[in-house]
Amino acid sequence: MATTADTHALKAHEDHAPGDAHHDAHDHPGFFARWFLSTNHKDIGTLYLIFAIFAGIVGGALSGFMRWELANPGMQVLPWFTDGNIDAAYHLWNVFITGHGLIMVFFMVMPALIGGFGNWFVPIMIGAPDMAFPRMNNVSYWLTTVAFILLGASMFVPGPAGFDGAGTGWTVYPPLSTSGHPGPAVDLAIFSLHLAGAASILGAINFITTIFNMRAPGMTLHKMPLFVWSVLVTAFLLLLSLPVLAGAITMLLTDRNFGTTFFDPAGGGDPVLYQHLFWFFGHPEVYIMILPAFGIVSQIISTFSRKPVFGYLGMAYAMVAIGFVGFIVWAHHMFTVGMSVNTKMYFTAATMIIAVPTGIKIFSWIATMWGGKMTFQTPMLWALGFIFMFTVGGVTGIVLSNGGVDTYMHDTYYVVAHFHYVLSLGAVFGLFAGFYYWFSKMSGREYNEFLGKLHFWVFFIGVNVLFFPMHFLGQDGMPRRIPDYPEAYAYWNQIASWGYAIMLAGMAVFFVNIIWSLVAGRKAAANPWGEGATTLEWTLSSPPPFHQFETVPDLRNVKTAH
Amino acid sequence: MTKGWASGLKTAAIVAAFMIAGTAPAQEAPAPATAPAVAAPTAPPAPADVATAPAAAPMDSALVGYERMAPTPGVGMPVPKGIAVQEQFTPIGQEAKFLLEKILNPLIAIISVFVLVLMGYVVVRYRSAAVETPSTNTHNFTIEVIWTLVPALILLAVAFPSFRLLANQYDPPKADVTIKVTGYQWYWGYEYPDYGGISYDSVMLSKADAEKNGEPYQLAVDNRIVVPAGKTVKVLVTAADVLHSFAVPSFWVKMDAVPGRINETWFKVDRPGVYYGQCSELCGTKHGFMPIAVEVLSEEDFKRWVRLKQQQDGIEPTGPGIAIAAPAAPAAAPVSTAALAAPAAAPAA
Repeated sequence: MATTADTHALKAHEDHAPGDAHHDAHDHPGFFARWFLSTNHKDIGTLYLIFAIFAGIVGGALSGFMRWELANPGMQVLPWFTDGNIDAAYHLWNVFITGHGLIMVFFMVMPALIGGFGNWFVPIMIGAPDMAFPRMNNVSYWLTTVAFILLGASMFVPGPAGFDGAGTGWTVYPPLSTSGHPGPAVDLAIFSLHLAGAASILGAINFITTIFNMRAPGMTLHKMPLFVWSVLVTAFLLLLSLPVLAGAITMLLTDRNFGTTFFDPAGGGDPVLYQHLFWFFGHPEVYIMILPAFGIVSQIISTFSRKPVFGYLGMAYAMVAIGFVGFIVWAHHMFTVGMSVNTKMYFTAATMIIAVPTGIKIFSWIATMWGGKMTFQTPMLWALGFIFMFTVGGVTGIVLSNGGVDTYMHDTYYVVAHFHYVLSLGAVFGLFAGFYYWFSKMSGREYNEFLGKLHFWVFFIGVNVLFFPMHFLGQDGMPRRIPDYPEAYAYWNQIASWGYAIMLAGMAVFFVNIIWSLVAGRKAAANPWGEGATTLEWTLSSPPPFHQFETVPDLRNVKTAH
Repeated sequence: MTKGWASGLKTAAIVAAFMIAGTAPAQEAPAPATAPAVAAPTAPPAPADVATAPAAAPMDSALVGYERMAPTPGVGMPVPKGIAVQEQFTPIGQEAKFLLEKILNPLIAIISVFVLVLMGYVVVRYRSAAVETPSTNTHNFTIEVIWTLVPALILLAVAFPSFRLLANQYDPPKADVTIKVTGYQWYWGYEYPDYGGISYDSVMLSKADAEKNGEPYQLAVDNRIVVPAGKTVKVLVTAADVLHSFAVPSFWVKMDAVPGRINETWFKVDRPGVYYGQCSELCGTKHGFMPIAVEVLSEEDFKRWVRLKQQQDGIEPTGPGIAIAAPAAPAAAPVSTAALAAPAAAPAA
């Protein structure tokens, strides 16, 4: 990588001053102080990862009930929760899709990639002792947990008349989220988004400040590992897009409670305004979820090919380009809302352009492997899976970017297939890749390689069986967000549901692996991956000392790798 | 109506009253001039729970002299185990299907396979066992320019047919028939302003009724939209409570129904038949249960249906091709209100 650090030269820096009483007290806080009042980026990263795993279990369970319900036509599963009341079961379906979407986006993928891996490795990779604002880091984390509690609470308070929970979808479109949901469930969901958004904005400020101000001497921007680049771009996307979401949902809140009519045509407002505001946030949001995964995959591909990243600058600026273009394509989420033909043509063209920097990334990863000396440990399998699955998800994006073709595909399962390929097989593959890549660094224990590979293959087969048939369902016309469907859609729905079961078996292997490794895993070496692992975290012990780099590493003499 | 279904039965009853009267809810476009004149009590009074089960309107089959057309299995509806887009019956649908299946799908399949083959080659060729020392090459200007420019050129090539499709979608022929579609929680309201404001609601059929009719459950409705074959049908889409979306996959039609806005789309279908669609924007509890069914009739049959419908609703014979050339119209048409309706009828076309 860019920071082909001289390992021997850096070894000296990891040992923190021994026998310093002041430091000892500071280094080893008690359990409560360490985990509840933490200002340590690694502990906060760990908290984020634990939180994300917990949220992922909840969000995954919701989708499990959804797939179970859809396995056969008719209502079989959700009525169990509603004493057989079918209408309540229909509403519960909407609550589940809302919960699944919001949890996976705001409380699983984002906390894991940015809060978890970002916190853990951005400071280490740039040679910094911690984040720039350690206390703000802690505030970010706890705001996220409170946001999650608020979202959970919203499922148990009245939404529409007679039913509990917000059944608005993660997009919370008015008027369904205003006049359609008079109860407080949507208010709680809005507060949840406010807090999660505030947490992310604080986190984004923290990352930007850290990356701009706390790089070790010689760690120039163009020497930063690509994961750091990806988090930097992500942080800017968060900082610029989340305030728009906050504004939109605040207007929603005042429409609901204080008689404003921003989105109510009866008072001169317009429901479509909300959609523009939401997607002005929402489209950058999808890059917020995928860019850190890009960064992780770049590190892993380079490590296991034993070769520096091909076209480093192109890779870094492709992410910047994706981030920029991500802000000017939002209305492709609203192609059927009734737009003028010129608007549609513009958003079609702008959206298609994203394929170019994305293609640069895909080809550069392959070129990185080209001529390398590849080994295929678990993180590499996930990274390779990521590249191909993200390609498949990306090319269906080209179909959907077409305003005219999207007339048919919009709000069908084709869209569901597309965004699960880029998220559930893209971002989540990146997540697992990073998890296995850094597990020994974070925990000090080696994971079980066999279980890791088994997890990959079972999960890989499961999610493909789960999501690929959704392309067929969408092309056959099946709308999204329906709890029951015409008989014709039964076949592929059932296969998709079996895919969920396979995926679930893969997750069982994952949890067995984590528990087994934490309890009985071998002690990990500082660098288990060999000469390909060149970034600074591999110069530290596994796990790293409570405070690393008490003497700041000097990289001025480290030549760049490209 | 901004309160929606949740504000209770009173609102629901008001909504129902508006619908029966053929008048648009307050915030929408002006209703046809004839509407108040024909506000005859043709439909039975709506029951109190009309908002959740507005099944009050009689089924089309109750229209004497009109036979519900039977759908052709697999046409205008999803195909069991289907993997492709539905068969298309509009010029736009055929053009779009061609673009999708002959240009986009092959293209994305080639790209995916190309990436897969490259990866497969790299994984085999550069596996650890097959390589002595890894290369340190990290730059190749030519290849980087190629993989930036070639995708850009491919996209440019795809952009042309894409833009042509978009332009064609937005360039309809002159409309022959206009239908106003209103989305409600959870049913559709249809209105024919050209034909004296014929209007009715369309509610999903129960499983038993759908099966009795030989129609697919969750697609079959009590009252279909009826349109003439070979004519350009302009569809004005709006909603009365929350967002809905009017979609007929086999016409390549999907248009959001937005309160306070009237969106326009169109289709022209040559083949008589029955075509189904479903609401395609999350609209609350029964979002999955407000399907759309379009019955395309020959022009003569369509005119006869219009006359029968007007008769049923007590509307004077009016509309293009109806008032003047309607020799087939039953002589027994009730003409008692002719004097009242005639002045408004003429300029409707």
